[in-house]
Amino acid sequence: MERIQQVVGRARAAFQSGRSRSLEFRLQQLKALERMVQEKEKEILAALHADLHKGGPNAYSHEILGVLAELALTMEKLPSWAAPQPVKKNLMTMRDEAFINFEPLGVVLIIGAWNYPFVLVMQPLIGAIAAGNAVVVKPSEVSENTAQLVAELLPQYLDRELYPVVTGGVPETTELLTQRFDHILYTGNTAVGKIVMAAAAKHLTPVTLELGGKSPCYIDKDCDLAVACRRITWGKYMNCGQTCIAPDYILCDPSIQSKVVENIKATLQEFYGEDIKSSPDYERIINKRHFKRVLGLLEGQKIAHGGEADEASCFIAPTILTDVSPESKVMEEEIFGPVLPIVSVRSVEEAIEFINRREKPLALYVFSNNKQLIKRVISETSSGGVTGNDVIMHFFLSSLPFGGVGHSGMGAYHGKHSFETFSHRRACLVKDLKMEVINKVRYPPVSQKKV
Amino acid sequence: MERIQQVVGRARAAFQSGRSRSLEFRLQQLKALERMVQEKEKEILAALHADLHKGGPNAYSHEILGVLAELALTMEKLPSWAAPQPVKKNLMTMRDEAFINFEPLGVVLIIGAWNYPFVLVMQPLIGAIAAGNAVVVKPSEVSENTAQLVAELLPQYLDRELYPVVTGGVPETTELLTQRFDHILYTGNTAVGKIVMAAAAKHLTPVTLELGGKSPCYIDKDCDLAVACRRITWGKYMNCGQTCIAPDYILCDPSIQSKVVENIKATRQEFYGEDIKSSPDYERIINKRHFKRVLGLLEGQKIAHGGEADEASCFIAPTILTDVSPESKVMEEEIFGPVLPIVTVKSVEEAIEFINRREKPLALYVFSNNKQLIRRVISETSSGGMTANDVVMHSVVPDLPFGGVGHSGMGAYHGKHSFETFSHRRACLVKDLKMEVINKVRYPPVSQKKVDL
Repeated sequence: MERIQQVVGRARAAFQSGRSRSLEFRLQQLKALERMVQEKEKEILAALHADLHKGGPNAYSHEILGVLAELALTMEKLPSWAAPQPVKKNLMTMRDEAFINFEPLGVVLIIGAWNYPFVLVMQPLIGAIAAGNAVVVKPSEVSENTAQLVAELLPQYLDRELYPVVTGGVPETTELLTQRFDHILYTGNTAVGKIVMAAAAKHLTPVTLELGGKSPCYIDKDCDLAVACRRITWGKYMNCGQTCIAPDYILCDPSIQSKVVENIKATLQEFYGEDIKSSPDYERIINKRHFKRVLGLLEGQKIAHGGEADEASCFIAPTILTDVSPESKVMEEEIFGPVLPIVSVRSVEEAIEFINRREKPLALYVFSNNKQLIKRVISETSSGGVTGNDVIMHFFLSSLPFGGVGHSGMGAYHGKHSFETFSHRRACLVKDLKMEVINKVRYPPVSQKKV
Repeated sequence: MERIQQVVGRARAAFQSGRSRSLEFRLQQLKALERMVQEKEKEILAALHADLHKGGPNAYSHEILGVLAELALTMEKLPSWAAPQPVKKNLMTMRDEAFINFEPLGVVLIIGAWNYPFVLVMQPLIGAIAAGNAVVVKPSEVSENTAQLVAELLPQYLDRELYPVVTGGVPETTELLTQRFDHILYTGNTAVGKIVMAAAAKHLTPVTLELGGKSPCYIDKDCDLAVACRRITWGKYMNCGQTCIAPDYILCDPSIQSKVVENIKATRQEFYGEDIKSSPDYERIINKRHFKRVLGLLEGQKIAHGGEADEASCFIAPTILTDVSPESKVMEEEIFGPVLPIVTVKSVEEAIEFINRREKPLALYVFSNNKQLIRRVISETSSGGMTANDVVMHSVVPDLPFGGVGHSGMGAYHGKHSFETFSHRRACLVKDLKMEVINKVRYPPVSQKKVDL
């Protein structure tokens, strides 16, 4: 695949020309990206609808609003982020300049995912451009309409050599991963994450891996169940459950299980009406393969609500499973679909133990009126991020780093964290050649002096 | 190698018990480490002397002083480093608590190197303990006396299950790398760095790789040559050139090359006297293999000074090579020895181009009275870190991160950067269940609302 090698080579040559480095250039490119998002809003929404049956307003708030906000923040803050950061000096360096210099890494590879195909390519791209790099963008081929659109649009607005888009599937991605990059940000699953890191190791390329896992959601007995369940319902079934930080499963006391089910059912009615299939706000499973995968998780389960499905349209109704066994299939892998298992636990201790027996998830949720309990859950578990008394929302505060830990990922981005991820923090100490006398103590003969 | 699996398993079980998490426990362990360094100073210096022929005062200032300083800094700052860090909130989160929580990762593996065998194991260990982890320590077997000592001492002072030492060579390290860790910090060379990262990929273990490279040293015509050369001589020949951030080679205008040589010769005399071999301040090459390797780099070179060697004692005199060709062997790999090639360039532009044609080094040095020129070199090159008008010194500023970029490494540590490297920065948003009305706008039916609007 000579073409890929050429594309990457051209990006590297373009980076080496130095033109991506000036703040003016970076801001100009970001401004162009902003124009692209504003001018092509209709096309972007159409692509998202074609890929995920995502309604305009949802698509706008999930994918476009966030991108515009990230662009605005980045353009405003870039001068301050990019400025050398002085560090505390000690007695020995009092007369010197000591600072951290933020420098571009070179050529960055961004591999997007199919569930939020626009924002998961755009948000990293914004940070990588802001940090002064060249960027090769590889959108997920599974969300083919958005991939196609990104491939068409970026060259219309951005520097074509510095920010090429490479489309294709596994063979193209594999070829891409043999090339040398200076950073790779991959969003996707754990299995492929390992492949990406192994490929990166050959070139000693640092990686940011935004993976997944089963994000637990503990509902305490002491909480406003109606509010809790409404928030959970929103986060679980948005994008038809295909959200990396969706609450994957619920842990709660058996005594509130049926109340939880009732509340979620009621909320589903509020949200999507009686005939969910005709709600413009309810998305579809991305493709047949995932449709079959998710449906398969229902086997042998007690379906308290939902379960309806239609393969032709990849529709699976919002589904709740009760009294789920921790050993069942639906509790093995990340569900990534509109199926919500409820596993009973008799105490917060049991919930914490349950969570800790498993791989560290990307997100963790806990609902309780008791702030102490929430703090306890936080301190006795680990996860990429946490929201207490809501779901998803830690994702939207860009001053918080967004990333995983353990099998849910490594590194983080969003806002300033993107800029730092895609920069090299170079330690700089600038002295002068005067005051040589104070160096005397470090020079040999040392042993003599001691004598 | 069942033993290694057991050792790591025991460290994990000990971590899972939760006892390494409290600040009190961490501080207690760090205090014990401090006691160890103070009480066993003699033994540590003896081991360093046995491994590298390092004199007491040098060993003290290169390896012990830094460790004691890191311990003091860490113990003082730990409560503030470990405290949740509030972040700027927006309109939507005004009523909430938003903060970054620093959490232990779990079981950390530290693989040390042989050139500064004590500090390169101790400094990462300090950070890993401070961050609340269990730590498996694998000192380099090449510096065998220090490895042996570390294996004896740590269990005498630290929690034995949480902080085991694993000794051995390639087979043991390979076995160790098949185990699952939550972070690996490796100090060593680029080739093995790739192996470590590949092994880490199997478990999705994040890594900090402190590697090497050829750290260039550009000497501008406009500078105080005597001072510059004295500082360069100090940093180049300390530890017999076996320093990851030693100035590897010099770039300078041909018109000052002989002055540079003269100044370095004069300084070398000041430092080590006439008979270098008997100076207690001049170290030795670590072993025969490296001795032969370094000596081999002299083949075909113009030796302006030095070149004397004695295999029996692994002694190589401070050596300067002039008019070195960029294509020669000595300009291919990191020298890691007391051989200083001078490559001539006719301008700072040429120097920058030369540097940029090569892999990004761990350190970069530039000597000039002209601060503009220094800024220019900084902005037109890249390296892990850099010092202008001196060498090595950026590595001892506590608040500067110490690490490489590209083939010289990834990640960084030292001081607070160690603590952050060995922690997970968990994004936390704690809301309450009130004010549900403001969430209305995010709930479906959304399309309907838009229609209604």
